[in-house]
Amino acid sequence: MISIRNLHKSYPMGKDSLHVLKGLNLEIKEGEFVSIMGSSGSGKSTLLNIVGLLDEHDSGEYYLNNQLIEKLDEKKAAILRNKFLGFVFQSFNLINYKNALENVALPLYYKGIGRKERNAIALEYLEKVGLKDRANHLPNELSGGEKQRVAVARALVTNPKVILADEPTGALDSVNSQAVMELLKEINRSGMTVFVITHEEDIAAETDRIVRLKDGVIISDEKTIKKAIV
Amino acid sequence: MFDLDRWQEIFQTLSKNKLRTVLAGVTIAFAILLFTLLFGIGNGLKHTFEKQFAGDSQNSVYIRTGNTTKPYKGLQSGRKIQLRNNDSKFINEKFEDEIQFFSPNIQRFNVQAIYKGEQNRYTVRGVYPDYQPLESAEIKEGRFLSFIDLKRKAKVIAIGRLVEEDLFGGRNAVGKNISLDGISYKVVGVFNDPGGDQDERYIYAPFTTIQGMYKPFDELDQFGLTYNPKLNIEQAIAFTNLLTKVLKEKHGIDPRDQAALRVQNYAEGAKNVQQFMMVLNVIILFIGIGTLIAGIIGISNIMVYIVRERTKEIGIRKALGATPNSIIGMIMMESIFVTALAGYAGLLIGVFTLKAIGKSLETYFILNPSVETYVVVGATIILVIAGTIAGYIPAKRAASIKPIVALNDE
Repeated sequence: MISIRNLHKSYPMGKDSLHVLKGLNLEIKEGEFVSIMGSSGSGKSTLLNIVGLLDEHDSGEYYLNNQLIEKLDEKKAAILRNKFLGFVFQSFNLINYKNALENVALPLYYKGIGRKERNAIALEYLEKVGLKDRANHLPNELSGGEKQRVAVARALVTNPKVILADEPTGALDSVNSQAVMELLKEINRSGMTVFVITHEEDIAAETDRIVRLKDGVIISDEKTIKKAIV
Repeated sequence: MFDLDRWQEIFQTLSKNKLRTVLAGVTIAFAILLFTLLFGIGNGLKHTFEKQFAGDSQNSVYIRTGNTTKPYKGLQSGRKIQLRNNDSKFINEKFEDEIQFFSPNIQRFNVQAIYKGEQNRYTVRGVYPDYQPLESAEIKEGRFLSFIDLKRKAKVIAIGRLVEEDLFGGRNAVGKNISLDGISYKVVGVFNDPGGDQDERYIYAPFTTIQGMYKPFDELDQFGLTYNPKLNIEQAIAFTNLLTKVLKEKHGIDPRDQAALRVQNYAEGAKNVQQFMMVLNVIILFIGIGTLIAGIIGISNIMVYIVRERTKEIGIRKALGATPNSIIGMIMMESIFVTALAGYAGLLIGVFTLKAIGKSLETYFILNPSVETYVVVGATIILVIAGTIAGYIPAKRAASIKPIVALNDE
């Protein structure tokens, strides 16, 4: 699903440039539940932005769904994002003047689906995350956990191939963190590839595979040992 | 082009973001309102000015006589110069090409007019039918004097609107008989005169009738004429100079004698009026353009601010699959919709305000303040286009920055 070879990325910082990703190699197969771990500055967010087509890499190869990503114009990138990717952000990134239902329905608007149909689908997904009764609430009327569940519903609504979550629990308490992780697990069980970025060990431990990043290189990549279910 | 879904999205964005919608709308509405009001008031000043000089035809010339003040060719000073019918003939023959309308004039002041017990005193003028265009009089009812009246020395009169009001109290005067100095005249017409109240209290009778009644032989008081409108102002002044010269010669007046024969030419006044009007027009234009520029700057600022404020939202939309074109299209359509609607509102408010306060401004020399529709509509379109361009530039930039940069915008 995601194939990265010798990926480099640097940001210009005045005269110098900051070399953030220094030749990453990563293969993620369809249906995997992967977490990227690393302290801040390790390059994990940069990696997710590149995977999510929100940013461009400098050199190396990136295949998304067997399609080589290079020299994408914004229009093509937008279509690919809409079709293959769903985002969950740490700061939720809901549009504050749209209610929960409208936020969830927005990706379908850009997919060109009619109003009635997209509201029906959006409501279905809100129900999946347990917020059907909150459909008409604005983001500022929702708790942090509810906001993130709305964001998850929005990421799912186009039925993408990959869900990209950037510190999805970073702004949540442990109860809500757990609820969101349960949601992501469930999504993964339905066959979607889920790609989580976190710096919390216990969150990473919930996933099937942990890739550790330090100073722009992968230092370890291993399957998690599942705890025995008590 | 018409995409219901897109419009629903736009309406939602506009109605949920009232502050910026109102801000942009008020800027445009206010600019158009100010434009309409200033332009309208400017036009009102212009109208007043036009009216001040509309009392008589712009190309009219009046010839009056007095007593000589200089001896000339053996004739002593203090001699009264008398115009006669042969002067009419002389002028008309000599200046056939230059003259458009021509009429001699005999004036009787303080003539007592009586109609069924109502009475008042008016100035009666004996004139040719040509006197009507000379005075710019407009017939309200009936007709003006005719050449047949002149030939028959008919006892008919055309009266000013205020004479009708005084004597007939609002009833129609046409066909009724009025007694002037004890002689009965039939009213054939009532006229309005843009020259004002005084000009609407005149009574006009056929020249021949009045001459026969009040003057010995073929004497008359003055001439009024209009020159061919094809003459430009310089040519018109040359014409009146020549007219003065030949008339002075004919009557044996010293060419330097200013009092014996006066030719009053509106052309010189008209020249000043034209210049003044031009200056006034420039001022009005300047006000209009100034207001528009202020409006354009205002709406540009707001559009830049709006797009700036929405950078993060644009980032979110892009992450969810919005293409740059759909972002630009959204911002453009919103801005066009708001500016066009607000511009129209400002236009309506402006036009109605002018209508409402128009009457009360007459004391301040502002008459019928109004703006031509095409001017305001044009101004509105300019502002809409300005708002569109002002929105397009930042919208294009916002749509082309990387979504991650937009998302991180706070």
